[in-house]
Amino acid sequence: MATGAWPGSAGGIALRVLVLGLIVAVALWAVAPLVAAENWIGVGIVVVVTAAGLLVYLTPRRLPAKYLLPTTLLVLAFQVFPVVHTMSLALTNIGDGHLGSKQDAITAIETSSVKRRPGSAEFRLTVAEKDGDLVFLLAEGGRAYTGTAEGLRPLEGATLGAGGRITAADGYTVLTAGQASARGSEITELVVPVEGGAIRSQGLSRAYRGTATLAYDAVCDCVTGQDRIWRADEEQGRFVSDDGQALAQGWQVDVGLANLTTALTNPKINAHFLGVFGWNLVYATSVVVLTAALGVAVALVLHHPRMRAVRAYRTLIVLPYAMPAFAMLLVWRDMFNTDFGLINKMLGLDVDWLGAPLTARLSVLLVQLWLGFPYMFLIATGALQTIPSEYLEAAQVDGATAWQRFVKVTLPLLMLALAPLLVSSFAFNFNNFNGIFLVTAGGPFPADNPTMGATDLLITYTFRLAFGQQGAQYGLASAMSVYVYLIVAVLSIISFRRTRAFQEVDR
Amino acid sequence: MRSGLVLRHLVAITVTAFALFPILFVISSALNPLGTLSSATLFPSGAGLANVTDLFETTAFPTWYLNSVLIAGLTAVLSVTVSAVSAYAFSRFRFAGRRTGLVALLVIQAFPQFLAIVPLYVIFSVISDNWPVFGLNSIWGVVLLYIGGQVGVNTWLIKGFFDTIPRELDEAMLIDGCTPTQAFRKVILPLSAPILSISALLVFIGTINEFLIASVFLTGDDARTLAVGLFSLLADQRNANFGMFAVGTLLTAIPTVVVFQFLQRYIVHGLTAGAVKG
Repeated sequence: MATGAWPGSAGGIALRVLVLGLIVAVALWAVAPLVAAENWIGVGIVVVVTAAGLLVYLTPRRLPAKYLLPTTLLVLAFQVFPVVHTMSLALTNIGDGHLGSKQDAITAIETSSVKRRPGSAEFRLTVAEKDGDLVFLLAEGGRAYTGTAEGLRPLEGATLGAGGRITAADGYTVLTAGQASARGSEITELVVPVEGGAIRSQGLSRAYRGTATLAYDAVCDCVTGQDRIWRADEEQGRFVSDDGQALAQGWQVDVGLANLTTALTNPKINAHFLGVFGWNLVYATSVVVLTAALGVAVALVLHHPRMRAVRAYRTLIVLPYAMPAFAMLLVWRDMFNTDFGLINKMLGLDVDWLGAPLTARLSVLLVQLWLGFPYMFLIATGALQTIPSEYLEAAQVDGATAWQRFVKVTLPLLMLALAPLLVSSFAFNFNNFNGIFLVTAGGPFPADNPTMGATDLLITYTFRLAFGQQGAQYGLASAMSVYVYLIVAVLSIISFRRTRAFQEVDR
Repeated sequence: MRSGLVLRHLVAITVTAFALFPILFVISSALNPLGTLSSATLFPSGAGLANVTDLFETTAFPTWYLNSVLIAGLTAVLSVTVSAVSAYAFSRFRFAGRRTGLVALLVIQAFPQFLAIVPLYVIFSVISDNWPVFGLNSIWGVVLLYIGGQVGVNTWLIKGFFDTIPRELDEAMLIDGCTPTQAFRKVILPLSAPILSISALLVFIGTINEFLIASVFLTGDDARTLAVGLFSLLADQRNANFGMFAVGTLLTAIPTVVVFQFLQRYIVHGLTAGAVKG
């Protein structure tokens, strides 16, 4: 055993030295920027991962770990962490207006309230960049500063030109007038926070120091100014005035299980959720049944000893599977187009197929049937060829009719081969984001409710909650994701339990 | 009996027509000299290469194409490699945590990766700040992300196939003094060509069609994939760009069709041996 796992040959040693070098080199490369950024958690992760790598690959034991480490790391980074993070986001109110900390919100409130007052300080502005980020080079009475979103800092090594503007500075690239006007909106938006106010640009060559009209008062934990008071509400994560109005910039707070219960108890969302869930089940089931039925039917039709041109049919029928699905979904969407679409043109109709709930639902099913049946056909064809002809002959000898032979012999054997596939097809279509999003985008939407369309699946509905026009509600969307995940996880556990997968675990 | 055969041909022709007509529409739209959706017909009304030259001159199509093939190809090869290695451990070794590991993989892979797009964005912002090579707008980062999303399913799939290979084969190798790695490379891998090909094909097709993650993480002109690029063609001017879009669709199909024809003999065998379409 020892010789097998730890060969002392020169080749084996050389390989180990190589692996050691590689791991250390990658670790050093990875850790350098983290140390520079003083990201000690990141450094810790790199150290732990590197140690694990060295421990596993440079010692003779832990053979299974040698094979499992890459998969483990990938799954931890790109599956486990996102899932756990989603679950933790579901417990917060994160979303538009609630993205950062309370301090971020206060800074944003104060700087966005900056107004220019008569007699306020003025700077000569030179727009420059460093590492791709915009920097204001500011000159006032012979003194030079740099201004960024982080704040104002004195600048050494600046060259002052005529009129007191900075023309060059070490480490900064001064933008030409053309480059600067191309980034005009970024320049307007750049606000340099300073004590009691902020510096903003006015045009491309001047900047002024404005005073904040709103200010945070730590004593009362409130924002005052503009003749009003907004008090911090730690439960909602925003500043609310006595008459119930809130400032737009809030911060992220824990809301406990509120998002999770909202999804179930809020009558507005609740009704959507059930409606969407119902259609989601109908959609996934229908797609599986339709694709399997058509696929098996065609396979049976072609499965006949005297049938000719079978190869030609087979090659052509499989073509939809080889076409890029995302593009064909868009093609189908445009074939259903009311004004220019092929279907209306060929049938001489003027129907808005994707505009009415019923036709839209039938349309997305038809599209998915087209995309999915060739695959089922392929599998059914293969399965039919493996059914021993003796079975059918024996049934014939016993006097079974053709129909009886099909129902009692062929179909059960076919289903046995197809079953795992039907299950996985169901799981895939339950979350078939592209199949809906690229064809109808979840629509058509009722006039009074733009959040839930007739063809929406849970996953497209959730996506719109997080990234839709209504403003991002990541917290609520994460709660919905958790529910979708639970449903799919339960489905896949049940299905694997029913198929042979779980027996294999114990083998 | 004859009429039965005629009926079979009738059904087969109808289904073939159903399968082909959208493809025919794409072909004739690609050839349509006007290049608009409103002038596109089922059968070509004329033939011109205007759409092809438009596509190559007005868009970064070759870059999208290269990105997509590179991303899908790398994801397919690397995820199948990593999965095969771990599937071997799950199939052949007995160790503490094996059952837990398998069940955990099964449960965790049920989470659709793009549902977690906000956390993923958080991860990639950090990566971008520290290692831009793997950050936002880098195809390498997306490849890693896709592999991470695929290894769970593929490990299960490939392990199922490994389990059907008699253990006596690799045990004989071990008795002859080979290391487990040699047994894996010289016995298991060659015998598993069908399932490895199928897994790679399914990953390739799934990745080249992936739209959502690519549209969030690859927005720079140089980093777009075919799915994102072609979608943007129709997003701006759906009617006017349809001809170009159709040409792009046909060209996108080429790598898939080639790989598909090449692997067709494995497909039925590999799939019925427990494969799952992702």
